[in-house]
Order: sequence, then C-alpha cells, then structure tokens
Amino acid sequence: MIQFAFFVFAAITVGGAFYLFFTKNVLYAAFSLLLTLLGIAGLFVFAGADFLAVSQIMIYVGGILILLIFGIMLTNNKNFQRTNLQPNKIEVEHHNRFWAVLVAVLVFLGFLKIIFNANFHIIGKQIHNGSSIQKIGINLMTDYIFAFEVIGIFLLAALIGAVYIAKKDKV
Amino acid sequence: MIAIQNYLVISALLFSIGLAVAVTKRNAILILMGIELMLNAVNLNMVAFSQYDPNRLQGQMFALFIMVIAAAEVTVALAIILKIYDYFKNLDLDEINSLKK
Repeated sequence: MIQFAFFVFAAITVGGAFYLFFTKNVLYAAFSLLLTLLGIAGLFVFAGADFLAVSQIMIYVGGILILLIFGIMLTNNKNFQRTNLQPNKIEVEHHNRFWAVLVAVLVFLGFLKIIFNANFHIIGKQIHNGSSIQKIGINLMTDYIFAFEVIGIFLLAALIGAVYIAKKDKV
Repeated sequence: MIAIQNYLVISALLFSIGLAVAVTKRNAILILMGIELMLNAVNLNMVAFSQYDPNRLQGQMFALFIMVIAAAEVTVALAIILKIYDYFKNLDLDEINSLKK
C-alpha cells in the first residue's frame, strides 16, 4: 500500500516535470511545476521529513511559484493580448532541442549507472521515530545557529536588493 | 519501506528534465523553472539520505537551507527579469543580444 502511494506521488512528480518540458504554453508550464512541487512534498513525507514537506508547500508553492506566475503576468506583451483571440495563450519556442535532449538523456544514464553501481551499506537501516520537528528546532538553535542567522540576513539582503532592482525609475 | 534507489532514480530524472528545460526554453522565466526543478532534485536526494541519519538530520537541515537560497535566488532573478522586460520589451533570450553587436 505504501509502495503504491509512493509510486503515485512519483508519477505525479515526474509527469509534471515531463509536461513542463513538452508544453509550449507558459502558464501551463507554471501549473505543471505546481504539480511537480506538490508531488515532491509527498515524497518528502515518505522519507520521514514532515516538516520539510510542509515547508516545501509553503515556500515553493506559496512563495516561489506565485512569484513566477506574477513574473509571467507582468512580462506579457500588451499588443499581443489586445489583438489575439486567446489572450492567455502565451507561447514559448524551443531551441537546440535535439542536443539538449541528448545531453539530458546522457546525464540521466550516467546517474543511473552511478546509482546502481554504488553499494550503499546503509540500506534497510532507516528508522523514523515520530516527528522530526523537534530535532530540526534543536539543531537550528545549536549546531546550525550560525548558518541560521547568516541565512536570515542573506534573505533580508536579497529581498531588499530585489525591491531596489525592480523599482521603476527614469533611465 | 521504500528503497533509496527509488528516490535516487526519481531525483536523477528530475535533474535531467530540469537541465533540458533550462537549456531548451527561450523564455527567461521558464529557464528559472528548470533551475527550480534541479534544486528540487537535489533536495530530494538530501532528504532521502537523511532518513538514515535520524538523530542529527543533516540532510534535512541542508534541504531547508537550500530552500531559503532558492527563494532568495528567485526573487533577485525575477527583479532582473522585470528590468530586462522594461528595457527590451521582450524576454526571448535569443533576441537579448545587444552585447554581441
């Protein structure tokens, strides 16, 4: 049963990614990315990372994907929207498709070779004992306190920089 | 339980698709989506290996920090993309080539 649910989430993830690759419509690509991110959140739950699954949904789906969709909406072509019969059909072209697919397939085959040749001694020893939230909280406040503070300042600086860059000014 | 190879194969597939998306698409926002896909593949690997380390959860901590870095990256990249759109009225990366002329 768990195997079945796992493979359903895996199929959602990989299917969304494939649709993102094959579609020409930018908005459909954004929605298929939503599917992929939700599937990855499900896979996180199967790996015992409940806190990360919720963070994945909140940060990626609630933050990054919304930003990307805002980006799509703010950068559309007004003339195209006014004249076209289907104003939401924003299309994108592909280029170098053959070589990119070739390189991607070769990278994937290389990964597969590495994965199946590797001999993991840890297999079959995983233990989930309860929720991981408390351990993550303790870790953040002890071992990773410096990285935690630095990443807070980093995020603040990045957001201020983004607001400053995106500001409308007379060039 | 789920064998770790399942996670690794899914993650490799996601990484390859993300690479193909980032290389083939001509719209800058779709290239960002490909990069997000690759970051998510790495996160999946981190979390999958983290289940063998249930006391320290180093993989999950790394994944958490990667998420924050991805958020910062996407905000700055979108700000730059909005500026590029204001200037060129276009996001087709093959046509933003005034440095080449």
